[in-house]
Amino acid sequence: MPGFGRGKRMKGRGHGKCCMLKEMQPGTRGKIHCHHAKGAVRQRLLDLGFVPEAEVDVIRRAPLGDPIECRVANYKVALRKSEADLIEVKYT
Amino acid sequence: MSISPDFEKNKILVGLAGQQNAGKSTTFNMLTGASQHIANYPGVTVDKKTGFYRYKDVKVETVDLPGTYSLTSFSLEERVARDFLITEKPDVIVNVVDASSLKRSLYFSFQVLEMGFPVVIALNMMDVAGRNGTQINLEALRESLKVPVVPTVGRKSIGKKELREAILDVSNDKNQGKIQAPLQINYDALEKPIEDLRQELTRTSLKDTYPCRWLAVKLVEGDAEALKIVTRTLGDSCNELQTARRIKDVFEEQNDLDVADYMMGCRDKLATKIIKKTVTETKDGIDRVTEAIDSVVLNRFAAPFVLVGTVFMIYQLSIVKGYELTQYWWPVLAKFRALVAGILPDAGMLHDPYLLSMGLWMVDSANALLNYIPIFLILFALIAILEDSGYMARIAFILDKLFNLFGLHGQSTLPFILGGVFAGGCAVPGVMATKGIPDERSRMATILTVPYMNCLAKVPFYTLLINVFFAPYKSWAMLFLSTFTIFVALLVARFLTATLLKSMETAPFVMELPKYHPPTFFGVGQRAVERTWQYIKKVGSIVVAVSVCVFTLLQFPGLSHEKSEQFQREMNQAVATFHEQSASSSYAHQFKDKAALLSLINAYTDYKTAKLTIKTAEGSRSLDAKFQSRYPDLFKFLKPKGDKAAKKINKSLRKLASKRKGLRRQIKEEQIETSFLGMVGRSMEPLTQWAGFDWKVNVAILSSFAARESSVATIGVLYQQGADENKSLEDRMAAETGGNDFTPLHALAIMVFFAMYPPCLATTIMIKVQTASYKWMVFSMVFPTLLGFIVASGIFTGGRVMGLSGIQMMGVFYGFTVLLTIAIGLFKPWGKKATPIAIKPGVSIQ
Repeated sequence: MPGFGRGKRMKGRGHGKCCMLKEMQPGTRGKIHCHHAKGAVRQRLLDLGFVPEAEVDVIRRAPLGDPIECRVANYKVALRKSEADLIEVKYT
Repeated sequence: MSISPDFEKNKILVGLAGQQNAGKSTTFNMLTGASQHIANYPGVTVDKKTGFYRYKDVKVETVDLPGTYSLTSFSLEERVARDFLITEKPDVIVNVVDASSLKRSLYFSFQVLEMGFPVVIALNMMDVAGRNGTQINLEALRESLKVPVVPTVGRKSIGKKELREAILDVSNDKNQGKIQAPLQINYDALEKPIEDLRQELTRTSLKDTYPCRWLAVKLVEGDAEALKIVTRTLGDSCNELQTARRIKDVFEEQNDLDVADYMMGCRDKLATKIIKKTVTETKDGIDRVTEAIDSVVLNRFAAPFVLVGTVFMIYQLSIVKGYELTQYWWPVLAKFRALVAGILPDAGMLHDPYLLSMGLWMVDSANALLNYIPIFLILFALIAILEDSGYMARIAFILDKLFNLFGLHGQSTLPFILGGVFAGGCAVPGVMATKGIPDERSRMATILTVPYMNCLAKVPFYTLLINVFFAPYKSWAMLFLSTFTIFVALLVARFLTATLLKSMETAPFVMELPKYHPPTFFGVGQRAVERTWQYIKKVGSIVVAVSVCVFTLLQFPGLSHEKSEQFQREMNQAVATFHEQSASSSYAHQFKDKAALLSLINAYTDYKTAKLTIKTAEGSRSLDAKFQSRYPDLFKFLKPKGDKAAKKINKSLRKLASKRKGLRRQIKEEQIETSFLGMVGRSMEPLTQWAGFDWKVNVAILSSFAARESSVATIGVLYQQGADENKSLEDRMAAETGGNDFTPLHALAIMVFFAMYPPCLATTIMIKVQTASYKWMVFSMVFPTLLGFIVASGIFTGGRVMGLSGIQMMGVFYGFTVLLTIAIGLFKPWGKKATPIAIKPGVSIQ
């Protein structure tokens, strides 16, 4: 799929391909692999359900391209690309 | 935790906790009904909502805690919520849980349970869950969590009695000491070390105040606030802290895994297990209605139209329609003014008693603000609808990128709308609404830029100047004023976030887009009334107080002795002329007495003033009837019919009244000119001449700091000539300024300065409240003044040097602002890597 895996970001660990949540296209689904966030950002992401192994659907981008709307743990969350760039996803 | 000796308490304290969008406030309303009040938590700006109800002879005080996603210590609201739980130790915690996204809610519930409080779970939004095909096995959930679970639908008041009953039961159980131990989260590999640490903690003085298991868990997890608690009580080198650090180090070395991540994983595992046991999904759990609305509202092409349409509708309904309503509302206020005037002493011949002029001045200032009540009620109700329905979050989602370019936040939208994006709003509720912005830096930038929006009170001043100086280009000038302020606000926000606010705490933009649901009438109405009342309370008192100060500054030191004697002489002469001219009238003897003459002339002036507003013959008849009954003896002099002798009096009276009016005007002008404020205005002239301001404008600007409304009034006083010929202020200004080279360029410079000029006093007070700092309050006054003055000087002096007219300069300046904004917006997306969040130690709640 185009837009996936800008080489250096790829962290393939043998099973499934990884990319950053930011790079996923609207309409695709992935499973959270791990976080690169720290501190409050990390806590907020975890609180909102961005926990490892959770499934994420990317629904759409905002009309101006940023933030991104996702569905995780059965509800919808908007997050900026800069935050989505901290979440590593295995897409399914 | 101490157990009270009386096990059937007749007064209990309940804390209502839960995540945002779980329907906490509707549950709160359901429980407590209308008896609520709002205050702040001590020392911080977070609202504390308290409500009371009585159930089975027990008085229940319910406190609505701030809605947060968790109870960690990363945000102010979280710290406030947690501190309340720890220090107030409520008898029961009601944890409001969104049944339609149970799993996420469980993370929060775990944290409450971990703190060891008696908990009742209010499983809210059961209807939404049902619609989405989510079935929840209540019995299984009760068993898993080991606490009572009450299904509710807060919006429809379903489950009210059951919830109240459960609260009382838990409270009684607690007091009898027979409460069941709630669910304990199992941290597997860490269980033993945590238990050891807990036992260590139970041997310290902390055990009286804090639940030890919770403290142990938080210490191992590295929670900043927990570390602070222990450090504060036991010192920073105590054994307990060392133990916690050792546990963390050992674990991380053995497992190559962050200990906090591991603990999160344990909670997640447990949540998954509980969900598996209790929830059955019959559909895919997607709310079709929300999806359908979002596919339009957030559609790339439709979104801007829906957004602009919504904002336009808010503007139309609140500002335009609300303004129409003020026509019906104003007479009420006018009656109030008349009532006050009736109580105060009557007007004198030349000088009014201070009590009268000061009293009326105060009433006028208050009325100017109270006049906007219909507008605010509508505005606040509409905004409550936007918030409750879920669209407000979408607005933030759509606009975030734009705002982010300038260091603001998607949630800055609401404050800007309230502040008056188009034309007409108020910075006070605007600044108040910044509370919801989670990012501290953006929040500060929003607070400091909302006052640049066009508040309702600036509009009359603009209208006045535009009508005088830009009459042919009215709509262009209005468009200029209402849009250039937005660009200025963006530029200032960008400037501040890149400089002064650079080191402030930032937060990620991670925001829930809640499902749409129809707002409730009660919730909306209540919020509208509540916010309007806050406005009246906060603003009203300050404005009245300041208006007294401004009044004093405009009145004193007053006229010099000689001047005042001279005016008195002229007046005496006029009275003498009156007696002379009317001597032949058979009524003349009636007015030999000074007091009688004064009441005659006052009645005459009132009659003439009232007559100005009457346009129809019928109105004029009813006015006559009114005055006839009010002044049965004097009316024939006000409007003589056939009676020759009365006519004579009337003729002389007309001259006398006119003379008196002229003298009074001169006195007023003289008084302002020699007043303290006038002196300051004059002394500033050498500097302000660069911006084209003369002393009169300076005085208007200074007095408008109290409240913008007064600027038009002050200008009105200063440009008095012709007032008695009933010319409008516009005409008067045009006539008077025509002589002394007051050009449209002057007017442009003033309007631009006025647009940027510091927030009024009420707003600065609100800024103080919201930033909790006098430093920022002072900054919010000094910075815009300097900026406004520099820009106004640039416009005036620049325009003069280049030989441009007012409207040409307006075009040039507008083009410049727009281009600058675009250039800065496009210039390297702002703060790409937001610096990692540092916990600001300053804002903690003790």
